[in-house]
Amino acid sequence: MAPSPENILNLDIQVPNQTRYLRLVGNIAQLVAKEIEAVAGDRDALAYHLNLVLTEAVTNAIQYGSGSHAEGKIRIFLSYENSDLCVRVYDHGAGFDLESVSAPDDAALSERGRGLFFIRSLMDTVEYRKTECGNVLEMKKRVA
Amino acid sequence: MKIVTERRGGKTVLSLKEERLDAHNSGELKERISKLFEEGGRDIIVDLHEVEFIDSSGLGALLSGHKNAAQRSAGFALAGLQPRVKSMFELTRLQRVFEIYPDLCEALTG
Repeated sequence: MAPSPENILNLDIQVPNQTRYLRLVGNIAQLVAKEIEAVAGDRDALAYHLNLVLTEAVTNAIQYGSGSHAEGKIRIFLSYENSDLCVRVYDHGAGFDLESVSAPDDAALSERGRGLFFIRSLMDTVEYRKTECGNVLEMKKRVA
Repeated sequence: MKIVTERRGGKTVLSLKEERLDAHNSGELKERISKLFEEGGRDIIVDLHEVEFIDSSGLGALLSGHKNAAQRSAGFALAGLQPRVKSMFELTRLQRVFEIYPDLCEALTG
């Protein structure tokens, strides 16, 4: 049976690649989580986690993915359908090998490297690939 | 970034007047803490009770303060973590690294 339109959500937005927009991006993520009616668990927790995941992904895109688009924008795609939440953040940098990014070394107390750790911990699947629209970090989670 | 700095009970208290600690303001916090240590600060408490959201860069700024203090054998404590913020420390196991107090009052007497 096809999902009713109320249970489908699609957002495709662009924000300037400046960190001052992180608050706005995070707030949008929280609002999206609260729009999802089928959440069986803690909706506030999902809202916080989606805020964090999107904040980390956009921060990465700003810091490492601007490339020749230094004054450009970052495209964010959020969708929800059939209990599947999908978040994509596009960048125009050199790209990186997601598999080579390991979990932070607890003993070394590194100040960096926990962004992808958060994303991997809070989402079900994480992929990073090149597309015609630039590199895309795709993060999925089943939230029913 | 809005930070109120004051001396209380022989300690320096940094009260963050922000709802979010993220990549937009964590660099400034890191610099403020570093400057306090360079100026001879010995016992610093960061009061986070107004912070509702922290990301990896916020944790990084606080870790920088922790390591700076350890190098100088100085004190560095956190106080007033909200539950969601605290859960981020737990997810990264950093609650075992920091000296954390439920509120500023306990941090001042701790």
